[in-house]
Amino acid sequence: LGSRASLLRLYHRFRALDRNKKGYLSRVDLQQIGALAVNPLGERIIDSFFPDGNLRVDFPGFVRVLAHFRPVDDDDSGMRDPKQPEPLNSRMNKLRFVFQLYDLDRDGKISRHEMLQVLRLMVGVQVTEEQLESITDRTVQEADEDGDGAVSFLEFTKSLEKMDIEQKMSIRILK
Amino acid sequence: MFLLLPFDSLIVNLLGISLTVLFTLLLVFIIVPAIFGVSFGIRKLYMKTLLKIFAWATLRMERGAKEKNHQLYKPYTNGIIAKDPTSLEEEIKEIRRSGSSKALDNTPEFELSDIFYFCRKGMETIMDDEVTKRFSAEELESWNLLSRTNYNFQYISLRLTVLWGLGVLIRYCFLLPLRIALAFTGISLLVVGTTVVGYLPNGRFKEFLSKHVHLMCYRICVRALTAIITYHDRENRPRNGGICVANHTSPIDVIILASDGYYAMVGQVHGGLMGVIQRAMVKACPHVWFERSEVKDRHLVFLLLISEVKDQKKSHFTLFCVLGTCINNTSVMMFKKGSFEIGATVYPVAIKYDPQFGDAFWNSSKYGMVTYLLRMMTSWAIVCSVWYLPPMTRETDEDAVQFANRVKSAIARQGGLVDLLWDGGLKREKVKDTFKEEQQKLYSKMIVGNHEDRSRS
Repeated sequence: LGSRASLLRLYHRFRALDRNKKGYLSRVDLQQIGALAVNPLGERIIDSFFPDGNLRVDFPGFVRVLAHFRPVDDDDSGMRDPKQPEPLNSRMNKLRFVFQLYDLDRDGKISRHEMLQVLRLMVGVQVTEEQLESITDRTVQEADEDGDGAVSFLEFTKSLEKMDIEQKMSIRILK
Repeated sequence: MFLLLPFDSLIVNLLGISLTVLFTLLLVFIIVPAIFGVSFGIRKLYMKTLLKIFAWATLRMERGAKEKNHQLYKPYTNGIIAKDPTSLEEEIKEIRRSGSSKALDNTPEFELSDIFYFCRKGMETIMDDEVTKRFSAEELESWNLLSRTNYNFQYISLRLTVLWGLGVLIRYCFLLPLRIALAFTGISLLVVGTTVVGYLPNGRFKEFLSKHVHLMCYRICVRALTAIITYHDRENRPRNGGICVANHTSPIDVIILASDGYYAMVGQVHGGLMGVIQRAMVKACPHVWFERSEVKDRHLVFLLLISEVKDQKKSHFTLFCVLGTCINNTSVMMFKKGSFEIGATVYPVAIKYDPQFGDAFWNSSKYGMVTYLLRMMTSWAIVCSVWYLPPMTRETDEDAVQFANRVKSAIARQGGLVDLLWDGGLKREKVKDTFKEEQQKLYSKMIVGNHEDRSRS
């Protein structure tokens, strides 16, 4: 899950965010982060820390989510034991993480409606409903292969297969 | 008994001499320059020396840590993650480019991968953001010899402990009494001076004297706190007339700003020492102190003052709202709204503190006023930067709230998002929305283009 130094940093960060020293973080603690509150997808990102209706996240849970963004080291992929579960920061898991930002009801598919919702979050009031719908329709059409009107996880990964996910979705912690 | 007597007088003599020396030093090096607004540069020298000592202390700790083969925990003030400062557009284009082989033209469109940008940015702020860093005063790169801010206690060698002890001695036994003496001088001069000026008949001479008395006493108080202030853009300093709006309005901020300009203040009446000061000040300068109960009449006085301030030729001061962040009720809102409604020029000011020398942030839920002042006076210094932003006026198609938010955004941009936590009057939500809207606007341009493109298709 990361070197000892990075873990220590994250632990101090966790403690700094936990203003009332409760030992866990609640949604409010994350909502207090000013720079996160002005991110159009801020609420969704916060949601990812509280899966299954949880109201609290402890330090291991905190790290588990952030571990998705650990940069992929070359030696990781080489020496990995295939029987071990895939590390959280693998390409698949990074994609899965982003997929869940779209797929609110966790049914494994991004419906047209869910796509619209995310788009609406990202553009606010700057774009009309018709324009947004046409964009959504086109995007779903392009990615949808089996014609069910929704984008499944496989279709999602296929449309992004050329993307350098490892680099774009990694955050490097300074030593 | 016999033996004690000669010692007694010796000690008394010594005490007398040292006190005289102290006072002469005080007078010459601190109060006289304060009266004339001149600076010897002693404080800057002090700051440089302190920085060198702090760096040395950190080196010692590192050495101590290496000996034990441990990693020293060094909080980074510049952030714990590697960030590239690029804009939203550039980053999203980069992401798209790496994902598709087709030529990237500038036609606006949406890609599934765009979401990566927001997702990553969001995660970055969870790992590291300005505000939380700012408020955890422990996040200092080099230890500043205050035990309040040390994480690595186990690595302190004997030499460092001695240095720390010396620091404590200097701060509590030398600096603290000096500062208290200065503060006392400053405050009593203010009270006496303004009362005297108050007896003069109204006119230009009275205003002139009042301005200088105020400035002089605030400068003394600034030295009492050993505040090392860097002013930026002084050409935008609030001139006669207009209203000054700042992002912090605690007593320290008032002192810092008022030592560089003549302001009439609006604020709530306090009891005790503050009350005495307020009552004295009001004799020389038309400050407005209101009691929660008499808000209505005060509001009229306030409006009168504002209209005076609008007429730039008449007034020689700028209005400054010292309303305080601890109060949050409708009367306060009224005054704040009033300042933005009135149509006078607003001079925004952003104040930012450097936490390395002493944490000036007053967490009013944690410390009372006296504890806070004591903490201030036993730190090394208060180092801050003041930015005078260009004046703003309300535009014809803006209402008061929009104007207020525009001003707040300008200040927050300069002072950093730290100041989103400013004030409980006008809703915090609105400022956040303005920033969020900006990002949404930028992104919308990328996927639908702007108005001209739309009308064409």
